[in-house]
Amino acid sequence: MNPLNSILILAGAFLTVFGEAAFPALRQLLGAQVDLLPALMVFAALNADIVTVVLLAVLGGLCFDALSANPFGITILPLFAVGFVIFLQRELILRESPFAQFIIGAIASAVTPALTVLFLLTAGKEPLLGWGSLWQWLVMTAGGATATPIIFALFDWCNHALGYQPRTETSFRPDREIRRDRKLK
Amino acid sequence: MSRKKHYLALGAVTLVVLLLFSLPPSVTIRLKLTVGSLFLPLFGLNSAVQKLPVTAADAVLPRRELLQQLENLRRENQQLKVQALQAATTVHENDQLRELFGWQKQTPWQLKLANVVMRDPANWWHTVQIDLGSRDGLYENLPVLTADGLVGRVSVVGLTRSQVVLIGDPDCKASALVENPAHDMGVISVSGPLDNSLIELTYLAGNADLKPGESIITSGLGGIFPKGIPIGQVVDARQVEFGLYTEARVKLSANLGALEQVWVLFP
Repeated sequence: MNPLNSILILAGAFLTVFGEAAFPALRQLLGAQVDLLPALMVFAALNADIVTVVLLAVLGGLCFDALSANPFGITILPLFAVGFVIFLQRELILRESPFAQFIIGAIASAVTPALTVLFLLTAGKEPLLGWGSLWQWLVMTAGGATATPIIFALFDWCNHALGYQPRTETSFRPDREIRRDRKLK
Repeated sequence: MSRKKHYLALGAVTLVVLLLFSLPPSVTIRLKLTVGSLFLPLFGLNSAVQKLPVTAADAVLPRRELLQQLENLRRENQQLKVQALQAATTVHENDQLRELFGWQKQTPWQLKLANVVMRDPANWWHTVQIDLGSRDGLYENLPVLTADGLVGRVSVVGLTRSQVVLIGDPDCKASALVENPAHDMGVISVSGPLDNSLIELTYLAGNADLKPGESIITSGLGGIFPKGIPIGQVVDARQVEFGLYTEARVKLSANLGALEQVWVLFP
């Protein structure tokens, strides 16, 4: 795991939170804002080390809560819970398959807001809930699921474009070179 | 070793969360504002980019159209001046009558224009952030409105920006008055999570007779919102809790979904 990937993931989280707060077009269109942090967490949990998962949960959660009316720090635990479980099971997940990415993204995007609301209710807060919340939950799940393979492709492209690419070995081997010499001994 | 690292990570995150939750609220708010201020350059960039098409359109607008707009604005300005003159006479008359009856004088509203810079990224809160803060004299619980009606109140104040909790959010309740002969009073409560243009007006008297289209204004009770700010119009009403009280749905006057500029009202 190279540090570039971790930096890209954290920068991606920062930009994601900004985008969710600054561009309300999707909210106006569908009635719900899609949260891309769980999708990013799926990518981090499947491709990065545990330190990156922790950093993403803490920094992503803090950034999200800083721009929201959520109690500060409440998003950290749901994000980390999702990332930690995926990280522990990552050897069993076909991380290269877009279908697997889609399904894991859907599960993560469904579980994270549900856990956050659960924690909010446990903390004695009164979030705005109703039958419309089910629709919002579906939109968040579908949006996160769709975004996950895109995030994988985007980060792969970024890593390929910005990261160090080792030189491929040529088939030429000097010890097997045929010497074309007249003075063969 | 690997498993130990996992437990360490779990412990570290739990510790961070516990630490954040154990902090006093004032420190948490300060931390929140500090982290939020990291986004300020991006918001500045965003507003600059959004202004670019407008500036470009202004630059290529024909002179004839600009002159036409100028003429329209001059005419509107003249009309408003006459209306202001009329209003000043009414205010003077009102002051004289209040003095005659020994009532307290009404202070005129002082307003400050603010731009809405962002919305709450979470779907379960209805809040926005504005580009005015304590540097501009803002403090908590100031009413926020548009030309159409009430928007909400200032809930958290930073140096350069503030959080406004919108009407319909569970944290923004207001005492409201129905403009009908009975002057029924109720409490503006929450909206639905999807449609924030319809809100509930609760705790109206059981015999309240509300008709669709009747206007709702702030009652002035509660100490936050002054009397007379338009809130919306009654859509329908029904009796609840076996006729103990009445609830009504109210269509908000202000369009909360498309807020760009709002007025902060100073008492």
